[in-house]
Amino acid sequence: MSTSTQAAPVAAPLVRRRPPAAVRRRRFLIAVANHSLLIATAVIFIAPFIFIVLTSLMTSQQALSPKLWPDPFAWHNFTDVFSKAPMWRYAFNTLLYAGLGTLGLLVSSIPVAYALARLRWRGANVVFLITLIAMMLPPQVTIVPVYVLWAKLHLVGTIWPLVFPNWLGDAFSIFLLRQFFLTIPEEYLDAARVDGCGELRILTTVVCRLAKPAIAAVALFSFLFCFNDFFGPLLYTGENSSHWTLSVGLSQFRSLYQVQWNLTMAATLIVMAPVILLFFLAQRAFVEGVTLTGVKG
Amino acid sequence: MSAAAAEATRPVDRSRAKSRAAWRRRGIVLAFMSPWLVGFSVFFGYPLVMSAYLSFTHYDLLSPPRWVGLDNYRFMFGTDQQVWPAVKNTLWFIAIAVPLQVLFALGIAIMLSRARRGVGVFRTVFYLPALAPPVAATLGFVYLLNPATGPVNTILGKLGIQGPLWFDSPEWSKPSLTLLAIWGVGNTMIIFLAAVIDVPKHLYESAELDGAGIFSRLRFVTLPTISPVILFAVVIGVIEGLQYFTQAYVAANVAGGSATYSAEQANKLGYPEDSTLFYPVLLYQQGFRYFNMGYASAMAMLLLAVSFAVTFLIVRHSRRFVHYQGAAR
Repeated sequence: MSTSTQAAPVAAPLVRRRPPAAVRRRRFLIAVANHSLLIATAVIFIAPFIFIVLTSLMTSQQALSPKLWPDPFAWHNFTDVFSKAPMWRYAFNTLLYAGLGTLGLLVSSIPVAYALARLRWRGANVVFLITLIAMMLPPQVTIVPVYVLWAKLHLVGTIWPLVFPNWLGDAFSIFLLRQFFLTIPEEYLDAARVDGCGELRILTTVVCRLAKPAIAAVALFSFLFCFNDFFGPLLYTGENSSHWTLSVGLSQFRSLYQVQWNLTMAATLIVMAPVILLFFLAQRAFVEGVTLTGVKG
Repeated sequence: MSAAAAEATRPVDRSRAKSRAAWRRRGIVLAFMSPWLVGFSVFFGYPLVMSAYLSFTHYDLLSPPRWVGLDNYRFMFGTDQQVWPAVKNTLWFIAIAVPLQVLFALGIAIMLSRARRGVGVFRTVFYLPALAPPVAATLGFVYLLNPATGPVNTILGKLGIQGPLWFDSPEWSKPSLTLLAIWGVGNTMIIFLAAVIDVPKHLYESAELDGAGIFSRLRFVTLPTISPVILFAVVIGVIEGLQYFTQAYVAANVAGGSATYSAEQANKLGYPEDSTLFYPVLLYQQGFRYFNMGYASAMAMLLLAVSFAVTFLIVRHSRRFVHYQGAAR
């Protein structure tokens, strides 16, 4: 879709005559205004990051003053955070939740999405509708009985109530994958069937290969969701700090360790860093994935 | 394969083979759907029914549920002093923060679509805040806006403006959360940007020939063409508004400065003066801090009804102001 729109301006000047000077001047002014506004907004959007970084480099004394520039730079804040709070423990729990959760979500959601998109059977539409409703409803609607269930299994206080449901399909991922699977031309699947492939083979070879961008996007979203999730870890691991994830640990950091803003901001940056790193490594998958949710939605 | 083909020529065997194939297909569908079947019955169907039942009981997890009829609902609509503020706060957020989010996302997307240089850099700058984990972003904003040493009030002070108390004042706590929400608008912005870029060029050209200026082109070409995407963003925004929890919880706790994870912390929810007590926060407090699980279930039922109604209303009435190109969708 982007190629066609980029091609248009190149072709246009061949047909159209050069606009008069007044029009060109007005267009130039509009462009200048547009860019100025854009730069101003961008500065406001980036400013919070800059202030967080600056504060994370201040000494504790300076964090108590209204000064904005660190003097001297206290780089040791970042190591202090790790000695104050069990950050590695939190990180390990977070990775366990996000890693196992994402893995399970892919293994369970891909076949479901395929069955909904490509296998013809009665009830597929009803199931899809239920999935849509499940996606729209706030999680708080069902949380009480689910919590009671985990409490009866004596798993409250661990991260397993967070990981396990992912292995049984996730509504949003099923929805997204189904929409993408629908766009795969039937000929590819038929060709595989003629070659004697079973549906499972078709799914694991043909479909998964063709749907790589969508699967990557779903994996990325799932990982981020688990990494950022606060309500779930708070609910299930709140009472047991050895199972806290980074988000819960960070939310308690300032009050639990009675520290100044400089260390709190250093901890904040440490939690932000993996996500931002992931973004720069997989920028394309991000933007394509987000666009996918909007366009197909 | 060839043996099966030879068999299929005889009519009796053919029907048997056909039914066997049909059963095989059913088996495959069942196998593929099994995660959904288990997952949705255990984590969606069962809790939904159970929630409805528990909402008519008194239940604290220790003793078995005791039937109390409509008491929970009577308490919710009558006696409870906190439900109405919580509903009001949530409605405030949906009515003010969500439209502002959509407006900002749209504005940035339109500016970006007209930019000639540095689109990639700008896009990253606007998208990054949306990536920041909500707890981290909230913590950052509580610091930025803290009245004592926060950079925002420091800068405002240098300009000769007395900054407000932000997260520490009942009037400014929700606007502070709104600022945070606007900062994290990147996802919506990317979706809008894709939609705006996709608007066919010839529509702009013919509008220009008709003498439409930049604003009327925006009003009569861009907006109608991307209206389905705007509707999508509004629906998602409202749904997220109904479940708004993390930022409110963290902001109240950090700004309120409670000691540790404890019962005391539960009382800090809504700080200051219940101004950040959103409906899901109250539900969490009742259900999982005070263990009034029957009452929390009743609250969940109300949330269910409202979510359904809101989604239904928006989708139903969308036809009036949303323009679908051709018969797409």
